[in-house]
Amino acid sequence: MPVAASAIYFLNLRGDVLINRLYRDDVGGNMVDAFRMHIMQTKELGTCPVRQIGGCSFLYMRISNVYIVIVVSSNANVSCAFKFVVEAVALFKSYFGGTFDEDAIRNNFVLIYELLDEIMDFGYPQNLSPEILKLYITQEGVRSPFSSKPSDKPVPNATLQVTGAVGWRREGLVYKKNEVFLDIVESVNLLMSSKGNVLRCDVTGKILMKCFLSGMPDLKLGLNDKIGLEKEAQLKSRPAKSGKTIELDDVTFHQCVNLTRFNSEKTVSFVPPDGEFELMKYRITEGVNLPFRVLPTIKELGRTRMEINVKVKSVFGAKMFALGVVVKVPVPKQTAKTSFQTTSGKAKYNASIDSLVWKIRKFPGQTEATMSAEVELISTMGEKKLANRPPIQMEFQVPMFTASGLRVRFLKVWEKSGYNTVEWVRYITRAGSYEIRC
Amino acid sequence: MSGHDSKYFSTTKKGEIPELKEELNSQYKDKRKDAVKKVIAAMTVGKDVSSLFTDVVNCMQTENLELKKLVYLYLINYAKSQPDLAILAVNTFVKDSQDPNPLIRALAVRTMGCIRVDKITEYLCDPLQRCLKDDDPYVRKTAAICVAKLYDINAELVEDRGFLEALKDLISDNNPMVVANAVAALAEIQESSVRPIFEITSHTLTKLLTALNECTEWGQVFILDSLSRYKATDARDAENIVERVTPRLQHANCAVVLSAVKIILLQMELITSTDVVRNLCKKMAPPLVTLLSAEPEIQYVALRNINLIVQKRPTILAHEIKVFFCKYNDPIYVKMEKLEIMIKLASDRNIDQVLLEFKEYATEVDVDFVRKAVRAIGRCAIKLDRAAERCISVLLELIKIKVNYVVQEAIIVIKDIFRRYPNTYESIIATLCESLDNLDEPEAKASMIWIIGEYAERIDNADELLESFLETFPEEPALVQLQLLTATVKLFLKKPTEGPQQMIQAVLNNATVETDNPDLRDRAYIYWRLLSTDPEAAKDVVLAEKPVISDDSNQLDPSLLDELLANISTLSSVYHKPPEAFVSRVKAAPRADDEEFADAGETGYSESPSQGVDGSSPSSSAGTSSHVPAKQPAAAAPAAPAPIPDLLGDLMGLDNALVPVDEPTATSGPPLPVVLPSTTGQGLQISAQLVRRDGQIFYDISFENGTQGVLDGFMIQFNKNTFGLAAGGPLQVPPLQPGDSSRTLLPMVFSQNVSTGAPNSLLQVAVKNNQQPVWYFNDKGSLHVFFGEDGKMERTSFLEAWKSLPDDNEFSKEFPNSVINSIDATIEHLSASNVFFIAKRRNANMDVLYLSAKIPRGIPFLIELTAAVGVPGAKCAVKTPNREYVPLFFEAMEPLIK
Repeated sequence: MPVAASAIYFLNLRGDVLINRLYRDDVGGNMVDAFRMHIMQTKELGTCPVRQIGGCSFLYMRISNVYIVIVVSSNANVSCAFKFVVEAVALFKSYFGGTFDEDAIRNNFVLIYELLDEIMDFGYPQNLSPEILKLYITQEGVRSPFSSKPSDKPVPNATLQVTGAVGWRREGLVYKKNEVFLDIVESVNLLMSSKGNVLRCDVTGKILMKCFLSGMPDLKLGLNDKIGLEKEAQLKSRPAKSGKTIELDDVTFHQCVNLTRFNSEKTVSFVPPDGEFELMKYRITEGVNLPFRVLPTIKELGRTRMEINVKVKSVFGAKMFALGVVVKVPVPKQTAKTSFQTTSGKAKYNASIDSLVWKIRKFPGQTEATMSAEVELISTMGEKKLANRPPIQMEFQVPMFTASGLRVRFLKVWEKSGYNTVEWVRYITRAGSYEIRC
Repeated sequence: MSGHDSKYFSTTKKGEIPELKEELNSQYKDKRKDAVKKVIAAMTVGKDVSSLFTDVVNCMQTENLELKKLVYLYLINYAKSQPDLAILAVNTFVKDSQDPNPLIRALAVRTMGCIRVDKITEYLCDPLQRCLKDDDPYVRKTAAICVAKLYDINAELVEDRGFLEALKDLISDNNPMVVANAVAALAEIQESSVRPIFEITSHTLTKLLTALNECTEWGQVFILDSLSRYKATDARDAENIVERVTPRLQHANCAVVLSAVKIILLQMELITSTDVVRNLCKKMAPPLVTLLSAEPEIQYVALRNINLIVQKRPTILAHEIKVFFCKYNDPIYVKMEKLEIMIKLASDRNIDQVLLEFKEYATEVDVDFVRKAVRAIGRCAIKLDRAAERCISVLLELIKIKVNYVVQEAIIVIKDIFRRYPNTYESIIATLCESLDNLDEPEAKASMIWIIGEYAERIDNADELLESFLETFPEEPALVQLQLLTATVKLFLKKPTEGPQQMIQAVLNNATVETDNPDLRDRAYIYWRLLSTDPEAAKDVVLAEKPVISDDSNQLDPSLLDELLANISTLSSVYHKPPEAFVSRVKAAPRADDEEFADAGETGYSESPSQGVDGSSPSSSAGTSSHVPAKQPAAAAPAAPAPIPDLLGDLMGLDNALVPVDEPTATSGPPLPVVLPSTTGQGLQISAQLVRRDGQIFYDISFENGTQGVLDGFMIQFNKNTFGLAAGGPLQVPPLQPGDSSRTLLPMVFSQNVSTGAPNSLLQVAVKNNQQPVWYFNDKGSLHVFFGEDGKMERTSFLEAWKSLPDDNEFSKEFPNSVINSIDATIEHLSASNVFFIAKRRNANMDVLYLSAKIPRGIPFLIELTAAVGVPGAKCAVKTPNREYVPLFFEAMEPLIK
């Protein structure tokens, strides 16, 4: 049964109900007390997101300072429930101007009630596209930018758009200048052993799109992925162009992309929603270009001293540079005194996270930087400590670089009025979980 | 862009309700709207604003859509408490359902379906009929769901009015969202009906597959989930469905992906072509892996499902083990699930890498995770014989770090490895023995002892090692005692020298005379007999070759696995339990909140055996799980009746002769738990229970003669027990004619004949009559009969006692099924059971009660009970100087707070 929820509660960290909505009759009005007592006030909190108490199951997530709890008593669809929560939060954020927290909920409770009524019926998720909902659910103070009319008069064909085949775009949009912005954002995840072997490495990327296009345009996106290119060559019966191609492990698409067509022709074609959205996500494990190499050496000198030496090498193009590079080197809890030497950037000891934090604002390609640190420890008689230290973690972003090597080859826009569009493409690679064991 | 609704939460000085009432009836629209918002705000924070019902409903007739929605929201919440007034709203509903604005028509139908008041339901039918045929798809899709709502309230009405047919027609609707909602509604109705209502024919199948391409992401989930019930006719049909569903694997919505995986796995069963199957497996892997980059909660759901999928089709993710490597910052629940899957995917090809990972995890901070990692190494050793040696060397490395819980966990798995590969790795025993002194967990101790016994001939100082454990024999948990017993016997059989001989005598003596554990005693007697009658036979039995084990932990039974796979993405697949194990089909009682909780508690799935029907008298069936052998002595008796009377003397340690029967007395009361079923007693059935009356303990016992002859001369004897409870007088039962029964109250006294060892509430009883052999049975009483009338403490002395006891003596336990509906009633009820109330306080929304109780020999219990009124679950903390009584105490306490 694809029911996702019998009731949904929004609680603050103390467990007060900020807002709630009962969708079905099969759970009690204050089941939330059981949640407070058996999960929030115990060590259980955070040990498992799906719990059964009495005859009910509780599915919960924490988002900023709010717990969102779904209660069900049937064999509900859990992924549907969690995905619903994620999407609902995205929707609320889009309505509240980007933030979702306790205050935002209190300040918009009427609107949230209205949205909760609209986006789920009897436990079944309905249309959650912000784009469409903003057509007919508006509030004073929270009015979508394009709606100039008072909220009481709904857009005449709103209902058709909610249920329409293109349920994410409204008709009759007009822009003076037709523009599309593409952002390719990659996060590179790495787990490297202390000996420098790559244990796991992958890139998860997403293509974010911002569309300001008139009418009902049809778009087609071409990437330098191997399968897509081969298919294209096959269809046009000519050999594939040489050049760097990459192999995508997996792609997932926004609901606007025609999946059947992608499956048969490997082309990404779609009618985009208006404004900003996430067109696709992809994942790559082969041929990842790691932007940084980290070489740590850690020496323990007796019981009370450590010598830490970390060398970081940038291995992307010399003309590029990374921004906001942070290297966090974990040190023992009983650290007493630290001293540093760095070739660039600044390092300091942060006791709250038990780490040495080394920051480099701008890091050019094909260069290297080192930090040497001496750490003095308070000698303890304490119990046997575990041999292991948490991994070194790294943060960075490298503009105009993709760790996967992905490139946009073309973006074609067709609209019956035949206007010209301007396309803008940006690339950026960020650190996901970039961990080096030491 | 943020709103400013928080102002509605502020309260005014004047009485809130009258002020709101005034504002609701204001002539100004804006003021009324603000007032309704304030009402809703009050409702949100849990204030009762039901008294404003009429005033709010009066605001319903408005052109303002926002205001209307708020009023409707109010109605959904309070209509049930004001059914007579709710009827006032019907006219507006009916009118709204014919409004020219489709949003209002849909809103009316949607809201009416949420108001579960019979009188309103009748009025719902006509508007619903219209809306199901509305021109606007938005109204139709809302009406479709409304049919499911109505079916939930009144199934008969839905069938009589032909709504099911109308709903089925909507499957052919030209709007995909209407189709999706109609499918969801039909699937739900089907679930609660035994008659076939929604059957998917090949015709509907085509329609659904077409709609699949066009509807919203959620609609796709509804359709895919309903397709999972479709049985394809043949391989071609199955392939056709799979082909249409496969593109969904690329969807960004995890629910769509998992539902698609479910369909593909189900249809694959029918597909015969191995190429197609292989290809499908290849296609499913990447989307499954991608789910692991979603939010941790979604990852968890995905991992629980992947666990099932790899059990069924190990090839799908055989090459993807790396993606299950744990990230340092993964939440613990994700790490634990990843570890489980890594074990399942470990193979000769990847084991080196996997072992490196496990070793890494075994040095992390979270103790549970570390233990699981160590166990994982052992399980891999058992699973992959070629890798066993490498696994063992990793385990030895871990042992050398000398972190206590790592060592203990390693010893437990090494014992399993020895059983899997006998006579292969015994050289490491010496290393294990080095850690002997640090073992403090029963399972680890038992494992080590097993190893010593099993390999006694190879360990030079095996006798010394065992002897060091024997010193503490009486205090050890049963698990360790059993292993010690067996290991000593093994040692003796392998090295029948003087040292072991003395040891075996000490152990057998301990295990037969000093213990109360029937398991241990039975085993000891078997060994004793074996050793004394035929030592060679003993060797054959005790040192027999053991069957080789395999790693089947966490493997599900194939039929259960198939059932769970058909439920991918649902709770069932997360719990790894079939839906009927946790979903109660019983509909909740009407919304009187108290009743509802009682209901939830009863119908809810509970893991413990039921606690007896009558809450005030805990039945003997409660908690038998921990005393499985309770029935064994009795069961053994009829098989060998002859030697038993002879044994009686030493077996039970009876000093005084059986007490003869005197004059009869009869009592009545609630039925007693059966302690000796008539099948065991050759027709005689005995029911009994310890009870407390006026400060005196009685054994309430009843006999029922199901034999063909008269039974007379009943006598009773109690074995030594924790409290030294013994019969305070003769058993008074008249001769029983066939078919007769008699019930009596036997007064009990406290004697000096107290058993040693861990306290328990087990009463071992022997009953005899002139016609039959002696019957033995165990009666598991509850500690609460021992709670004395003198248990009440003064507030100050309670406080002092609480402070003076170290925190080590504090224990707490959750009673998840207990509900306190009234504090006063609970206090009264508890004091009737000699658990006395001392003080109470409120902490947040919880009530905290302080209570005291006392059992014989002046052992006090200081109790702190935390619960919220009307909410299932209570927390009981207790402090007592005699901590060994704590488990018994909790056992007794839980039924008292039912």
